[in-house]
Amino acid sequence: MAASTDYDDTTGYDDMGGGHRQQQQDLGYDPNFVPDSVKGFVVHLYRHIREKNVYEIHQMYEGSFQNLSERMFKESPWPSVDAVAQYVDNDHVFCLLYREMWFRHLYARLSPTLKQRIDSWDNYCSLFQVVLHGVVNMQLPNQWLWDMVDEFVYQFQSFCQYRAKMKNKTEQEIALLRQYDQAWNVYGVLNFLQALVEKSSIIQILEQEKEGLEQFTATDGYDYNGGSNVLKVLGYFSMVGLLRVHCLLGDYHTGLKCLLPIDISQQGVYTSVIGSHITTIYHYGFANLMLRRYVEAMREFNKILLYIYKTKQYHQKSPQYEQILKKNEQMYALLAVCLSLCPQLKLVEETVNSQLREKYGEKMMRMQRYDDEAYALYDELFSYACPKFITPSAPTYDEPLVNYNQDAYRLQLKLFLYEVKQQQLLSGVRTFLKLYSTISLGKLATYMEVDEPTLRTILMTYKHKTHAVDCDGKIISNADVNFYINDDMVCVVESKPVKRYGDYFMRQIVKFEGVMNDLDRIKLD
Amino acid sequence: MGREREVQKQPISYTVEQLVALNPYNPDILPDLENYVNEQVSSQTYSLDANLCLLRLYQFEPERMSTQIVARILVKALMAMPAPDFSLCLFLIPERVQMEEQFKTLIVLSHYLETARFRQFWDEAAKNRHLVEVVPGFEQAIQTYAIHVLSLTYQKIPRPVLAEAINIEGLSLDKFLEHQVANYNWVLEKGHGRGQLIALPGNEFNQPELKKNTADSIPLEHITRIFPILG
Repeated sequence: MAASTDYDDTTGYDDMGGGHRQQQQDLGYDPNFVPDSVKGFVVHLYRHIREKNVYEIHQMYEGSFQNLSERMFKESPWPSVDAVAQYVDNDHVFCLLYREMWFRHLYARLSPTLKQRIDSWDNYCSLFQVVLHGVVNMQLPNQWLWDMVDEFVYQFQSFCQYRAKMKNKTEQEIALLRQYDQAWNVYGVLNFLQALVEKSSIIQILEQEKEGLEQFTATDGYDYNGGSNVLKVLGYFSMVGLLRVHCLLGDYHTGLKCLLPIDISQQGVYTSVIGSHITTIYHYGFANLMLRRYVEAMREFNKILLYIYKTKQYHQKSPQYEQILKKNEQMYALLAVCLSLCPQLKLVEETVNSQLREKYGEKMMRMQRYDDEAYALYDELFSYACPKFITPSAPTYDEPLVNYNQDAYRLQLKLFLYEVKQQQLLSGVRTFLKLYSTISLGKLATYMEVDEPTLRTILMTYKHKTHAVDCDGKIISNADVNFYINDDMVCVVESKPVKRYGDYFMRQIVKFEGVMNDLDRIKLD
Repeated sequence: MGREREVQKQPISYTVEQLVALNPYNPDILPDLENYVNEQVSSQTYSLDANLCLLRLYQFEPERMSTQIVARILVKALMAMPAPDFSLCLFLIPERVQMEEQFKTLIVLSHYLETARFRQFWDEAAKNRHLVEVVPGFEQAIQTYAIHVLSLTYQKIPRPVLAEAINIEGLSLDKFLEHQVANYNWVLEKGHGRGQLIALPGNEFNQPELKKNTADSIPLEHITRIFPILG
């Protein structure tokens, strides 16, 4: 029943280099050979980091690293850190950074072995511990800092998926897993992210910024007083990391709580990197969907889909481009699901709506019929668009070894479809209520082919399901059709489509100003 | 003086809430969280955050899960309706645990409440008293939820419909109605021939005139964009 085509990919959805995986052994890779271009790369990068030339670091990180990877390391890892250390004064922190990039490249282009996964975990531990001790004095580009947190969570997710496939594990692998049970342990992952948030005092910084006592967002997180932005910005992005991890565990409420210090109705450091912007809104929207706050989810999906539509051309050359497109498609699927459960077309902007119709118009029509085919479509869209849920606990090695990597996903899907089923009768109600201003319960029951007590429960279910509880405990109406019952008469509330005069006048004012400016420029002889 | 007494009344919970806020990803607090669930039950308080924290820890270390505690958490979550807390808890409980008899029953009870099938709910609850009566305040909490849903839906409700929803009949219902009339602006009327009608207080959901219309308001930030033109 569960559509698992997209879900079973071990390396997950955010592989940055394209789909070509190779085994590492068979390519004659020599970890100690350092080509001149790599030597130049690390020497220059090391110098720029020491001199805090953030712009040049960014160019090298985004540009040179990708170019070299593409040209020389398409199917093999970069030279080992031991081989390059001599060119960078064996600088401990630089080596940790280099290794982080090394592993990230490995995960993107190749399949990591268990030992490599464990080594990568060790590297993150060392790197984060250095940062948490407050001894780092660098300024790194936000893109890099975001990638670190993003990759950290991704490798955790990938490890959980890998570990849950016990069936074909070799004796060796099982022994290693038992021995290194701390690697990618869920407590470790969560506590690192939490520690980064706490040690950086980012929550207090954001609070104080609102009162004008701190500068953070205004400088994009960079420190212009000679200090370092690394801990602060890592702490900031860790809040998004925590949201993501909690979504992977199925704890949507706590995930949203972790994101609370970031005001997503405004621009912020999270919008300074497109990957961070998209990941934040994707998970925020998904969590709200599972919390049945469909209006909130649709509002945010609408905004970001419009933003991506307008700006994706500028990211065509970027290594994140494929990821951006994938998330874009997933969010359209989630928007289609939300709209089918909560028809509020006015929340969707015109451009987004036409894209939506193109991709999912027909499916949405079929989903609103609530028959078997409809459930299959909800299943399909949910499975395509949902995060790659994980089982965080360690495997029990004694039982017959099975693959349980799909368990978490199956549970979330099952509960989601259960909710969809409970809303089964509601679309029938909507259709009928749109036709009448008042109708007796008796008549409506006849039309809907149910008895009166059942009709009463259906109408109350409609009210309950369309009135969500928001994060402050208030009741918010998502209802598109409104009614109330007086004894045995249903009175439908007329909802006149409200003409938005305000918007219209604003647009015309700006337009006429433009016309007048053009006229002023014309010189008449 | 008052603040002091508040802290003394619930010394354990004050500390547990702090733990959940500051150090939630810590296997050592599991026993504290379990005790806190029992305390919520006996003192008729509720903390979603603490209970989710415990369910997460159970997820991380399934061997330490106590199904009795989980059942209590779920009953408490049911009492929090219309908030979706019950679903939030289910998201964190493994499927094979949800297959156990007591959880299947709780899920059925939740289903009846979510789809406003109050008569079926009260029947099923009566058959499973051992599950729900261990948590004091259960009946009142569900009745509060039922009245909430009725208030969203009805301006005037026939007495039998109300009786079925809150599972109170006869003289007890009369007393209940007296109380509601005195304290919550309920009004008793005569329905046409079919007995009593109860008029519920108006709110923005059952009385359209009370709904605030924010449709055509423009946020200040949008106006500021045309200040250069206007000025």
